[in-house]
Amino acid sequence: MLSSRFSCCARLIRDKKNLTVFSTLPFRAFMTSWAHIPLGPPDAILGITDAFKKDIHPKKMNLGVGAYRDDDGKPYVLNAVRKAEQRIIQDKLDKEYLSITGLPSFTKEAALLAYGKDSEPLQEGLLAITQSISGTGALRVGGVFLNRFYPYHKKIYFPTPTWGNHGAIFRDSGFEIAQYRYFDKSTNGLDFEGFMEDIRSAPKNSIFLLHACAHNPTGVDPTPQQWDQISEVIKERGHLPFFDMAYQGFASGDINRDAYAVRKFVSDGHRIALSQSFAKNMGMYGERVGAFSLITESVKEKAAVDSQLKLVIRPMYSNPPMNGARIVSYVLSDSELHKEWLGEVKIMADRIKLMRKKLKHHLVEDFESKLPWNHITDQIGMFCFTGLKPEQVERLTHDYHVYLTKDGRISISGISSKNVKYLAEAIHQVTK
Amino acid sequence: MFSKRLNQIENHISQMAAKPSTFQEVPRAPPDVIFNLTATYKADTFEKKVNLGVGAYRDDNGKPWVLPVVKKAEREIINDPELDHEYLPITGLVSFKEASIKLILGADNPAIKEKRVVAAQTISGTGANHLGALFLSRFYRKGSIVYVSNPTWANHKPIFNNVGFETRDYAYYDPKTIGLDIGGMLDSLENAPEGSIILLHACAHNPTGVDPTQEQWKAIADVMEKKNHFPFFDCAYQGFASGDLDRDAWAVRYFVERGFELLVCQSYAKNFGLYGQRAGCLTFVLRDSETALKVDSQLAKLQRAEISNPPAHGARIVSLVLNDSALFDEWVENLKTMSFRIQEMRRRLYVNLVELETPGTWNHITDQIGMFSFTGLKPHQVKVIKEKYHVYLTDNGRISMAGLSSKNVEYFAKAVDDVVRNHP
Repeated sequence: MLSSRFSCCARLIRDKKNLTVFSTLPFRAFMTSWAHIPLGPPDAILGITDAFKKDIHPKKMNLGVGAYRDDDGKPYVLNAVRKAEQRIIQDKLDKEYLSITGLPSFTKEAALLAYGKDSEPLQEGLLAITQSISGTGALRVGGVFLNRFYPYHKKIYFPTPTWGNHGAIFRDSGFEIAQYRYFDKSTNGLDFEGFMEDIRSAPKNSIFLLHACAHNPTGVDPTPQQWDQISEVIKERGHLPFFDMAYQGFASGDINRDAYAVRKFVSDGHRIALSQSFAKNMGMYGERVGAFSLITESVKEKAAVDSQLKLVIRPMYSNPPMNGARIVSYVLSDSELHKEWLGEVKIMADRIKLMRKKLKHHLVEDFESKLPWNHITDQIGMFCFTGLKPEQVERLTHDYHVYLTKDGRISISGISSKNVKYLAEAIHQVTK
Repeated sequence: MFSKRLNQIENHISQMAAKPSTFQEVPRAPPDVIFNLTATYKADTFEKKVNLGVGAYRDDNGKPWVLPVVKKAEREIINDPELDHEYLPITGLVSFKEASIKLILGADNPAIKEKRVVAAQTISGTGANHLGALFLSRFYRKGSIVYVSNPTWANHKPIFNNVGFETRDYAYYDPKTIGLDIGGMLDSLENAPEGSIILLHACAHNPTGVDPTQEQWKAIADVMEKKNHFPFFDCAYQGFASGDLDRDAWAVRYFVERGFELLVCQSYAKNFGLYGQRAGCLTFVLRDSETALKVDSQLAKLQRAEISNPPAHGARIVSLVLNDSALFDEWVENLKTMSFRIQEMRRRLYVNLVELETPGTWNHITDQIGMFSFTGLKPHQVKVIKEKYHVYLTDNGRISMAGLSSKNVEYFAKAVDDVVRNHP
């Protein structure tokens, strides 16, 4: 009896034309119909790496996803991280569930890192914070929480452009998406006037997503003076600043400098929301280490917010993964490891800066490109918005096997001293 | 000019301070029942306290037990010079997913060969339940109802409600027999609207420990086929329930054999002791490979907007063990150690109660299976046990057998005896 069922099944699969009935077992009509499910497109960013992997060209370059690579093009596991991992093994720790909001020693260190030990809200116990599934998870938890409890219009303003995944995260959290002007294509720099105008014209009490440092994808950051002005206008309009800080330390090489905007806003009195990622600055990528925090008005409110964050998290994934959080906690809380880490972050940031310098040098000096390329060294962080148009991007990939996203964004960390000249030549060829 | 600026700043700050908080209306939510139980237990200083709350395995000394095979795998991973922490693909480590599919369906399941099974690595069992529910909320027929057993794991309803599903109960536990109310269950399924989503515990039902027999599973499948219901399996205890991986997967495999499309949520929290490492998998069996690909792509899209990609460490451990025959065999032995200790505790509790001649029948303790047992104790009795004996269990009378040891089983039996006699 069983074999007849399966021979039926095999027949139908071979004969595709008959696959109109949604059952491989004709004697019963199972009505589950998935025919309307569309085939989803490959992820805009992560799909690039897939395509790169399939390519066999010897000079191929992956300038897609923002993961740091050393000068040999290899992933770099920080020494501070390796040491922390060995200690975790030696300490023979168990694998018991973390609490819903994660490892307390981790969230404590994460808060100190972002806000600084002198931060008043931190000292007064007004920060509601939870460990999260890296930056994505922090944004999502924050999004769901705000969608539930933000009393004004559920609309969030993104810079134009922004990280490709921001839209999906907040749309799925129930938000309407709006834009504010940010990148100026004519200068490859910041459209500061447009930015300020859009802050002013947005309805009062809107939510503004701000990249704390090393804007993704453009690499264009406001100056500290510009941040001061942005803070004032946002306050005038009563907007809620939601900072996304995925590159603290990685942008300038200095964790305090990279936290300027976040800390200034807090000292100006904004009760910010913050998403932190340790993917890049600790190299924790796949371990998924991050935190979401919100400054509250009182200890009572903090307890209420904390309890509601738990209600968001519990039905999504119960509690966060421990491995990465333990590593980060060890590194940040041990003064030796902390110091070593700061040094390694600086090394990574410096290598990025060097590659920017070399790329521009080759373009301008060696290939005598007539186009302006200052933005390569003006921009900051892992990414550079080259200014390449989609057709040029396609040629770069098709002819030179250089993989990058359609918007012309390149991940500088994918460049090494061995291939920077090749890249410069390729860019020159498609733009001259 | 400087003082003008100072005044400006002062005004701003006092404006800020005077402004009422945006979040002043946020209500304080009650703490999670189960985690709260553990927190209360931890704060208790009573020497003989016992924690029978959360379902985490403990050894005979009441200590968490990191499986020896897990320690081995972990050392191998950490000492591998090629180890990095790079992002996994959106739906997770491929070798982990493939091994998970084989584990639950059986390595030579025809559905696998027919390429109509897809999987996504998830944040343990909760993550799998959530992703499965989320997927169905987007792509299953709108207005469908989710039916869960009465009772079920405390987090099931919030998981489904959170993604917009209405949840209803199907009859399951019979307090009179402290067993399965199969008639009631079949009736509930029969009366449910056609095409409802039915949450089924693959083995070791949480919280009751009461599982259908194979004959009963067949009857359940008959009704579900007739009513075109969709099976949503939650499998958090494969290998942990009977000690036998294939036996614990029987119900899921039977449904696949019957031709159902279904999903199954797998957790490695208990059977690998990986709890806080959050290793889990959502496995989908579809009718054909084309649909399977579409489902796969949509799972990736949903996952990307929530977590981008899953945590690597726990999945690496599982993948290493499942894909190495020596480590796999060692794991099977570790599993038996755990499940046999649980069975031994069931036996000893039963024997103690019988020797004390505690009123009532107690064979349900040995009939039930898995980490939990529904003792039959009522909430007011549970309260006495907590306050007088400092034994922590949930109000519904559920105990985690893993919290019992040779050192405390007698103490607990006496506590039960006391409340049953003196607080009926």
